[in-house]
Amino acid sequence: MNSGGLNYRVVIFFLAIVFGLGFSAPTFLQTDKGAKISLGLDLQGGLYMLLGVKTDEAIKSKIKSIASSIKYFTDDNDILIDSLKIKEERVTLTLVDPDEEKNLDEMLKKVTGLSIEKDKLNYKLSLNSLEKEATKEYAINQAVETIRNRLDQFGLTEPNVARQGNDNIIVELPGIKTGEEEQRARELIAKTAHLQLMSVDEVRNDRAQTMSEREASAYGDLILPDGRNPAIKHIVREVPILDGSMLTDAKVGFDQMNQAVINFSLNSEGAKIFGDFTGKSVGKHLAIVLDNKVYSAPVIRERIGGGSGQISGGFGVKEASDVAIALRSGALLAPVKLLEKRSVGPSLGADSIKASTMALALGFLIVVIFMVVYYGIAGIIANVALVANLFIVLAVMALFGATLTLPGMAGIVLTVGMAVDANVIINERIRELFRKGSSIKKAVEQGYGNAMSAILDANITTLIAATVLYAYGTGPIKGFAVTMSIGILASMLTAILGTHGIYEFLMPRIEKSKNLALWFGIKGKGK
Amino acid sequence: MQIFSKDKTYDFMAKSVPLIILSLILIISSYILLGTKGLNYGIDFSGGTIIQIKYDKKAPIQEMREKISVDKIFENASITEFGTPEEVIVRFSSSTDSVQEDLSSKITALLQGTGNFEVRRVDIVGPKVGGELREKGLMAMVISIFAILLYITFRFEWRFAIASVIALVHDISIALGAIVLFKVDVNLDILAALLTLLGYSLNDTIIVFDRIREEVKGSKSFDLFYIINYSVSMTLSRTILTSLTTFFVILTLFLFGGEILHGFGLTLLVGIIVGTYSSIFVASPMLKWLKFDVKDYKSKEALKESRRIEKEKMRAQYEQGIV
Repeated sequence: MNSGGLNYRVVIFFLAIVFGLGFSAPTFLQTDKGAKISLGLDLQGGLYMLLGVKTDEAIKSKIKSIASSIKYFTDDNDILIDSLKIKEERVTLTLVDPDEEKNLDEMLKKVTGLSIEKDKLNYKLSLNSLEKEATKEYAINQAVETIRNRLDQFGLTEPNVARQGNDNIIVELPGIKTGEEEQRARELIAKTAHLQLMSVDEVRNDRAQTMSEREASAYGDLILPDGRNPAIKHIVREVPILDGSMLTDAKVGFDQMNQAVINFSLNSEGAKIFGDFTGKSVGKHLAIVLDNKVYSAPVIRERIGGGSGQISGGFGVKEASDVAIALRSGALLAPVKLLEKRSVGPSLGADSIKASTMALALGFLIVVIFMVVYYGIAGIIANVALVANLFIVLAVMALFGATLTLPGMAGIVLTVGMAVDANVIINERIRELFRKGSSIKKAVEQGYGNAMSAILDANITTLIAATVLYAYGTGPIKGFAVTMSIGILASMLTAILGTHGIYEFLMPRIEKSKNLALWFGIKGKGK
Repeated sequence: MQIFSKDKTYDFMAKSVPLIILSLILIISSYILLGTKGLNYGIDFSGGTIIQIKYDKKAPIQEMREKISVDKIFENASITEFGTPEEVIVRFSSSTDSVQEDLSSKITALLQGTGNFEVRRVDIVGPKVGGELREKGLMAMVISIFAILLYITFRFEWRFAIASVIALVHDISIALGAIVLFKVDVNLDILAALLTLLGYSLNDTIIVFDRIREEVKGSKSFDLFYIINYSVSMTLSRTILTSLTTFFVILTLFLFGGEILHGFGLTLLVGIIVGTYSSIFVASPMLKWLKFDVKDYKSKEALKESRRIEKEKMRAQYEQGIV
């Protein structure tokens, strides 16, 4: 056996301490470089949201755009169709001219994922189940992408947007400081930014205030509220001319009255459709519809080529800029709904940090003092291991880019209580052997051996519980499981291996002094 | 320093029958509490909304109630003090699913004129999420108990596993009783506390069981109660010490960790006390009641040992090329 001095255990322990100090330093010193532990939203304040995606809406809007392209195609080719209508997730139409059946069928065949039911010249179109799934899937991914883009442009620090599970999205915004900022961010996220250019039903529009939605639907119309004054209604054709998917850019500008407006431009396909439509509809009204509200319905004076347009509607500058961001980053194919939201003000976070640090420090102090009083130098050795353990936990967390949450803090506090347990078990075993008359060297060696199975079994069961907690927990609770698991694993290194190494290192001195009261807190003289 | 004198064997098992009756009474009253009053689910599990508001003076709860009840959303809201008299929680069971709806400015507007205050936290949990979280929480409990049962069966023997799980159920039941009794809001942190308790209670039991296993193998006695008494006595100072240090650490968490960690701390404080008690007075005698047979275990272990030696011998012979 090694007779004192350097040994592999103490070397490993030393390396572990260096690792712990080295990698936790960036966190403590808040240096620019190096991996740091980031604070959870509950500690630094911020906004957490779990959003659900209304995927059914994506299917409806896909159906709508299919209807638009049918309308454009038939208008363009002078195919006469009648009662083109959208009903929930289905388009119905009747072909008037039987000679065109082949033409229309060919066009419809090109639309992917369309299931076509035909009863003579009556068409019923819907999406097949495969296409529905694909549309939903696409809508969710697109929503994640779009929300991320919007928040990036909004200029918040480190927004986190991620898909969770089947159709949910997690949004985390740590940088939010004021309620006003939070509100703007939430409005930006929720804005579907669905731009549609629609034609006003010139025949029936004067009945807009009185017509029922049902009657409107029978005519293939929609009743939409005005963007500025929701009490004012407009009647528009339910099949839009084109929608925001053909938008390439949107910018804030100012009109002659110095009012903020949003200038948008369309891609070439959109520009062509827009040009054709305006050319055919001079003298009629064009409704510019954003998120199902009519922002303006100007009279078309001439054919508008070039594919650019303007949304005016008495916007404030901030609002106009947010709308422009939303339009630029694309429409949400499906609107989102709120499933869960947690917002913590920065002052509350600061209070939580203060309180839990205080508890950590105090609990730590109690344990440390207690160990020294009860075990003498053996207690000091255990305390060295405990401190090393804390640094290693922080270092590992920093390396993994883990987030420290309030329950995570609680986990660390608990680890302090449990990490000394291993040393308590070992020290008690060593004392027992002294009572039986073992020599110092033998007592230490055997004490570690005897204690091992108990410590391992106890730690492994706790790890099992922590793993399950991690697998089934959400957010902050995961943080708790993480810190506790790292703490337990680190304690095996520090409390078992590390302290053992220290004893070996000091063995010649312990054997020389033979003072058990000093070294192990137990009366008697060692051998 | 030493608390317990060296080699004294205390007769713990002599008191096991009256104590197990005490345990039964505690468990039954806990379940009566659970059945009658029931768990007070917080919004994490039941869904709903809470708004935490801090005033710079004592919060005028009555006035707040009158002012906010004007709005339909807050009609059935409860307002309770949260930690200090300055801080309150407004809670109601409905939850908006609109991303834009701004409850914070809504309530700020309603509370205008009640003094200087700050909205510090708005948590909304939809009903679906609440249900999911509850389900997951229960799953976590059940799965970890089974995993641990398996592990202990593998490392010890099935009776040890059953006995430790009974002790575990004992601890968690009483902790749940305390949660009901002290009207703790059951949120995710309480689930974490219960799972920690699960790990902790097992820790304690396993340390004692480990010693019992050692003594069963090593001692000459066949009297299980004697072996238990001896093992518990030998591990007693460790049990008490660790429980004390952990207890103090959690006490600081409970006292100074802030209101948010209050329920968490309370659950663990109760848990540590019953967990320590149960490892000595519930789990250990349970071995006897489950008819754990020292002789049988010894012979099994001896058989295992002889097989191991035989195997080694054979391997040695094989390696030397004898077979």
